Amino acid sequence: MAWKRPGPPAQKQQDRYLAMNILYDERVDGVLPKIDKASLIKALEAALPGVQVLHEREDLKPYECDGLSAYRTTPMAVVLPSTVEQVQTLMRLCYERNVPVVARGAGTGLSGGALPLEQGVLLVMAKFNRILEIDPDARRARVQPGVRNLAISQAANPYGLYYAPDPSSQIACSIGGNVAENAGGVHCLKYGLTVHNILKVEIVTMEGERLTLGSEALDSPGFDLLALFTGSEGLLGVVIEVTVKLLPKPQTAKVLMASFDDIEKAGRAVADIIAAGIIPGGLEMMDNLSIRAAEDFIHAGYPVDAQAILLCELDGVESDVHADCDCVREVLARAGATEIRLARDEAERQKFWAGRKNAFPAVGRISPDYYCMDGTIPRRALPGVLKGIEALSERYGLRVANVFHAGDGNMHPLILFDANQPGELERAEALGGKILDLCVEVGGSITGEHGVGREKINSMCTQFKPDELTLFHAVKKVFDAKGLLNPGKNVPTLHRCAEFGGMHIHHGKLPFPELERF
Amino acid sequence: MDAMTASHDAAQALQDEVQQAIAQRQPLRIRGSDSKRHLGRPVEGIEIDARLHRGIVTYDPTELVVTVRTGTPLNELEAALEANGQMLPCEPPHFGPNATVGGMMATGLSGPRRPWVGSVRDFVLGTRIITGEGKHLRFGGEVMKNVAGYDLSRLLAGSFGCLGLITEVSFKVLPKPRTSASLQLELDPSRALIKLAEWERQAIPLAGACHDGRALYIRLEGGEGSVAAARDRIGGDALPATFWTNLREHRLEFFADPRPLWRLSLPNHTPVLDLPGTVLMDWAGAQRWLKSDMDAAALRHRIEQLGGHATCFTPDNEREPFHPLAPALLKYQRQLKQQMDPHGLFNPGRLYAEL
Repeated sequence: MAWKRPGPPAQKQQDRYLAMNILYDERVDGVLPKIDKASLIKALEAALPGVQVLHEREDLKPYECDGLSAYRTTPMAVVLPSTVEQVQTLMRLCYERNVPVVARGAGTGLSGGALPLEQGVLLVMAKFNRILEIDPDARRARVQPGVRNLAISQAANPYGLYYAPDPSSQIACSIGGNVAENAGGVHCLKYGLTVHNILKVEIVTMEGERLTLGSEALDSPGFDLLALFTGSEGLLGVVIEVTVKLLPKPQTAKVLMASFDDIEKAGRAVADIIAAGIIPGGLEMMDNLSIRAAEDFIHAGYPVDAQAILLCELDGVESDVHADCDCVREVLARAGATEIRLARDEAERQKFWAGRKNAFPAVGRISPDYYCMDGTIPRRALPGVLKGIEALSERYGLRVANVFHAGDGNMHPLILFDANQPGELERAEALGGKILDLCVEVGGSITGEHGVGREKINSMCTQFKPDELTLFHAVKKVFDAKGLLNPGKNVPTLHRCAEFGGMHIHHGKLPFPELERF
Repeated sequence: MDAMTASHDAAQALQDEVQQAIAQRQPLRIRGSDSKRHLGRPVEGIEIDARLHRGIVTYDPTELVVTVRTGTPLNELEAALEANGQMLPCEPPHFGPNATVGGMMATGLSGPRRPWVGSVRDFVLGTRIITGEGKHLRFGGEVMKNVAGYDLSRLLAGSFGCLGLITEVSFKVLPKPRTSASLQLELDPSRALIKLAEWERQAIPLAGACHDGRALYIRLEGGEGSVAAARDRIGGDALPATFWTNLREHRLEFFADPRPLWRLSLPNHTPVLDLPGTVLMDWAGAQRWLKSDMDAAALRHRIEQLGGHATCFTPDNEREPFHPLAPALLKYQRQLKQQMDPHGLFNPGRLYAEL
């Protein structure tokens, strides 16, 4: 997706998602301290001898965005420390000089959580890339934050162990970013999110203090700050070390693929599998557009005429997996599947999965650009939400392909558009915002695993009330009273919500009536 | 009393009480059935009784989610899940006939299955709380994956009511295992720990592992095939399944010892410890119960060196219930308390004198 944001955002229109830009806007996101670049660079170089401090335009270029590449900001400086002491020194210096800091891992995040600030330092943790310890008997690994997710499982493999959360970017994303985003993957229903699979994190706060959250034991005294910190999107502290749990690798895994002539039937089949008392390792759904795109690209053997397919992976001990396969097969047949295939061998299993795992790039082949959404819904709401998406797709004149972690209710609608057509990016974003509104309406969430970052900052105003956002801001103050760490991400200001709400007048009443307008 | 036996939404009444407490700057002691009152430090404050706010709000077994008011008796919730072949996988202890969901959430205690499936906090999906400003707010929700905003819901598990009055919780639930088998083996504690580490890496379907100094007690859960195969491999004699309830509820003979009771939370694979007193290992050694007159500071120092912490279940003037926090950590915990409960209303001092 190499494209630039075309022109300034459209002028205020009826559609509030079209009207509100997500780039940092001091008028609604809060005034940032003004920083003298030359003096900051001098101070950084003096305090951090031997540390890479980048500040020339061409050196900063690679860091101007993360996985949400539509949005780019050039940071004032990029710092690449390699020791914890250097991180502490940097944080103390920035705290004293009121310099905003944005931490970045591998930069694979999809919500702009590591989007830099022009008036700030980007702290890149890439040099913290060592696996410090693997203890097979205690089934845990202690790693630095820049270690890649997949590298942990590879290092644990000789002991028959692995690290369970597997976001689709796992070959590139780093564990520090996984903690910041509470990353998920395709096996969450059975194996949980990042928060369920870590024991301890070491962090450095904005004031440069080092803290240990959690412990090597299964719990620790006091409030559970590890739970609070996980998924806090780099707003509460910088991760400098992570201790993860390792699990024994499942003895065997089998995949069933079921085709349906109606997507609602596929949705009901998912509920039936759960009702039968089975928790699959993975349970994925794709609609016709995604099936065709994936088949065209990967040749996974998908039925291109099906309205939906379900991929159901059962893993564990051989005999249990056999029994579960028989049971699921029966459930699928009863639910009206038109075809049910069990991957004959490991090669075919990999092929079935390859289609699903490459669904995004596959869609990328049939459209110049696509925009990936991440809402979650109660599964029972699926038919209604799919109908709603179809209607929105028609209204905005953009195609939507649906890929769905059906087991845990996490939808990834892919909005197809062409950034070279004036206004299409804005339309895609507006359509995305409407889809998230729909998710919130049925009791779901605007983000299941990609995070809020900057991308969904406006949608937070839909999901939370002002009092709830106020409490989030209070929690932020606990760790960062000056608001210097990753400002503008994750939780919108009430001013932003007031502006955003102002675009959308409900029953003649303005939301946030108590706030000043400008 | 009708209100005590049926579903009843008392959120407004509770919120009024909190707002009155704010106006009068009067601390509150949040209570359910008081089954876990002996845990933590004593609290002085006006009693606010969550038990009027009760009943299951939504339960859809195929969504694997139940939302329940915190005054609901735990028995009632467990019976509703049982009727649908499901359970709270974390197996929370009751410690009394009328234990409530609120007490389970506030203490965050989990039972024998915990190392393999997760703790109370691991199954929390969403909460509603009455805050220190008297607002009734909602965090998280009824979906498995939700990373919008800070995760205040899981933070509240084990918070001992010190951050707000929890009125409603949504939990992820799971189907009950299709097969379960309980076994007893004659093995000394050290050999038992070695065996357990070996079985863990071989994906033996463990769901309970306890050693009382005499024998190793094992629970296996899963499909018929895996449980049968593991049972054949491990050997040993059959054990009544009630053993696990008795362990969870502290009804085994071990707990009758009059000496103070300590809970030691330790890293996996910590060896057998030579401590004065008697020890009961649970959670395959990650949770150990100790009956001992040992000096609190000396015990805590020893456990801390091992990477763990010690909680005293029979506190008195010499024995603080919770393990002291490192100064930097205490500072941030105090700031959290101040931000979430600025008037210091909720269970002041229950966890630590400073919180």
